[in-house]
Amino acid sequence: MDPINAIVALLNFVIIPATAYGAQLALGALGVTLIYGILRFSNFAHGDTMAFGAMCTILVTWLFQGWGLSLGVLPTALLALPFGIAGTALLLIGTDRAVYRFYRKQKAAPVILVIVSMGVMFIMNGLVRFIIGVDDQNFLDGERFIISARTFREMTGLQEGLAFKTSQGLTIVTAVMVVAALFWFLNRTRTGKSMRAFSDNEDLALLSGINPEKVVTYTWIIVAGLATIAGVLYGLDKSFKPFTYFQLLLPIFASAIVGGLGSPLGAIAGGFVIAFSEITVTYAFKKVLGYLAPGGWEPDSLVQLLSTDYKFAVSFGILIIVLLFKPTGLFKGKSV
Amino acid sequence: MKKLLLATAAAALTTGAAGAEDIKLGILLGFTGPLETLAPDMAAGANLAISEVNDSGLFLDGTTVSSVNGDTGCIDAGLAVASAERLITSDKVSGIVGGMCSGETTASLQNAAIPNGMVMISPSATSPALSTVEDNGLFFRTSPSDARQGQVMADILMDRGINEVAVTYTNNDYGKGLADSFQAAYEAAGGKVTLNAAHEDGKADYSAEVGALASAGGDVLVVAGYVDQGGAGIINGALDTGAFDTFMFPDGMVSDSLEANFGDMVEGSFGQHPGNDSEGGTKFTELGTAAGFSPTNAFSPESYDAAALILLAMQAAGSTDPQVYKDKVMDVANAPGEPILPGELAKALEILQGGGDVDFIGASAVELIGPGESAGNYREIEFKDGKMSTVGYR
Repeated sequence: MDPINAIVALLNFVIIPATAYGAQLALGALGVTLIYGILRFSNFAHGDTMAFGAMCTILVTWLFQGWGLSLGVLPTALLALPFGIAGTALLLIGTDRAVYRFYRKQKAAPVILVIVSMGVMFIMNGLVRFIIGVDDQNFLDGERFIISARTFREMTGLQEGLAFKTSQGLTIVTAVMVVAALFWFLNRTRTGKSMRAFSDNEDLALLSGINPEKVVTYTWIIVAGLATIAGVLYGLDKSFKPFTYFQLLLPIFASAIVGGLGSPLGAIAGGFVIAFSEITVTYAFKKVLGYLAPGGWEPDSLVQLLSTDYKFAVSFGILIIVLLFKPTGLFKGKSV
Repeated sequence: MKKLLLATAAAALTTGAAGAEDIKLGILLGFTGPLETLAPDMAAGANLAISEVNDSGLFLDGTTVSSVNGDTGCIDAGLAVASAERLITSDKVSGIVGGMCSGETTASLQNAAIPNGMVMISPSATSPALSTVEDNGLFFRTSPSDARQGQVMADILMDRGINEVAVTYTNNDYGKGLADSFQAAYEAAGGKVTLNAAHEDGKADYSAEVGALASAGGDVLVVAGYVDQGGAGIINGALDTGAFDTFMFPDGMVSDSLEANFGDMVEGSFGQHPGNDSEGGTKFTELGTAAGFSPTNAFSPESYDAAALILLAMQAAGSTDPQVYKDKVMDVANAPGEPILPGELAKALEILQGGGDVDFIGASAVELIGPGESAGNYREIEFKDGKMSTVGYR
């Protein structure tokens, strides 16, 4: 019986990675859900918007590194983040003026806007690859670990190590701050209230004198912020590669839909549900149970519910169950 | 009409007569398709051997050799079979250097080469399935089977006294084939594979895979993947969580970017990739550079060796008939006999003409074993002080 080692192993391989991944998905899903709530379409270009934001940030980070600027133990990318957000906001507002506004004027059906957003996705896809290339880019600097597995083992004398990366800590802290700021903005400020009004009932909002173009512009700016932050945090934690951002689109949409499209709270919950289900259901509990079991009762098999090959099946299984029994998602978003 | 027919027949006869002095070798490679970047240098390697033989003037009483190209598309079995058929029946080649990729090679071997009794020597098909194919003694390859790499990996681990490993592989034919052949060899040697799990390339998150591998445990993590793809994600995750700090890298992982990205973090990790330290490789590099192509590109040396083997076997048999010279391929490739390096084909032809024996070493240290495939030479590497260094050759 060794419950402390069991808890440490579980923290190290399940809870910390899943929390960080969940926070990244939640930030991505918030962007998707905001666009769905206010502009009323599923934005397939979101993954590539994240890639574009991360790319802008990386380029500015390189510039700062060239100048010798740094944040000490924290990654320089944090300093470059505002510039990345600004670049992405310009791109998104430009896209809106050039593409989406035309279809909004036509009062196009949401399904048309979805297809349009796919076109935008491919263009952004190409743009990012054209500027930075298809290869992996590593832009993490500063201290890599808050606590590394080796130092933890030496400190505590436990058999299991516990690693907590700077990027994971940053991801969780930033996600909490961003979500708090977003909720404050939506619930307390005049612009936030007008956005919510526009989301609830467009015609009523127009009648009460809300300027729709202003609401749309603010939405894109907030989405740019969310997408860039999510993209940069993901890139810091794993690595930046345009193709993986495109792949991120699936789990992000799954998160937003599980939580309920259009509901910010749902997007956050959905992100964590998807991340935890991907990791816990396919985790091999042999080690943890080995520590918990009384002597001689340790399991010989891996105690793995499903092989890791099925991790995507797990998140999509959850998605289907939620849609079957609660079509509006866990937090009563708009029905899909 | 009659006159025209007669004239054509006469013309056909004269070309047939002229052909007796000139034989053709087919070069059947994937000039288009996913490996199209490698094919030109492979063909150049084969042509280098052909021109060397022609320059000597010693080949079968002054017979000259020319080459005909055929395209396989690398993943297009239909195209490969059609090209092989054309080379054999229409161009009337006397031997084929090819195919390039394992799938199309199997197809053209079974549907064109074996029915027509044609010898094929592939420079680059590495699938273990080709070792057991029923080939009537017509098929050889100058590259090793991936089954061989699995065996080499098991040997390296056993020599280092490591008895328990976890394996993760990229989910495709290469990764799965290598992981399975490794597991079989390692378990036969008494090792234990705690988990043999696939990972997909280009995914967002590898925590689940790393968690399962860590839970299964093992002294070393074998990563049969690609260094620019999921392999890097797995190593990152394993290092960050402290799950593993020693890794084994098969050929898909050993590269400059591995050293650049992980060099100082994987101290003591090791691996292997095809390579040899014979002077043949150096000689071939010099000859190839002088001939104006990139001789260091993958499988270019093996192509030179494939073409040279066919021609030397013909000389040894005194015949260009595939049914006759196919039995001589193993003789000229292996000991006993005078060792032959690239650039020494004239010497080899002379010895063979005098009834002597040669041991062709060539550019890739050829040693044909079992069903006529390269024994396979691998360079064993290890990370010391953040640098990738050569430990030895196997």
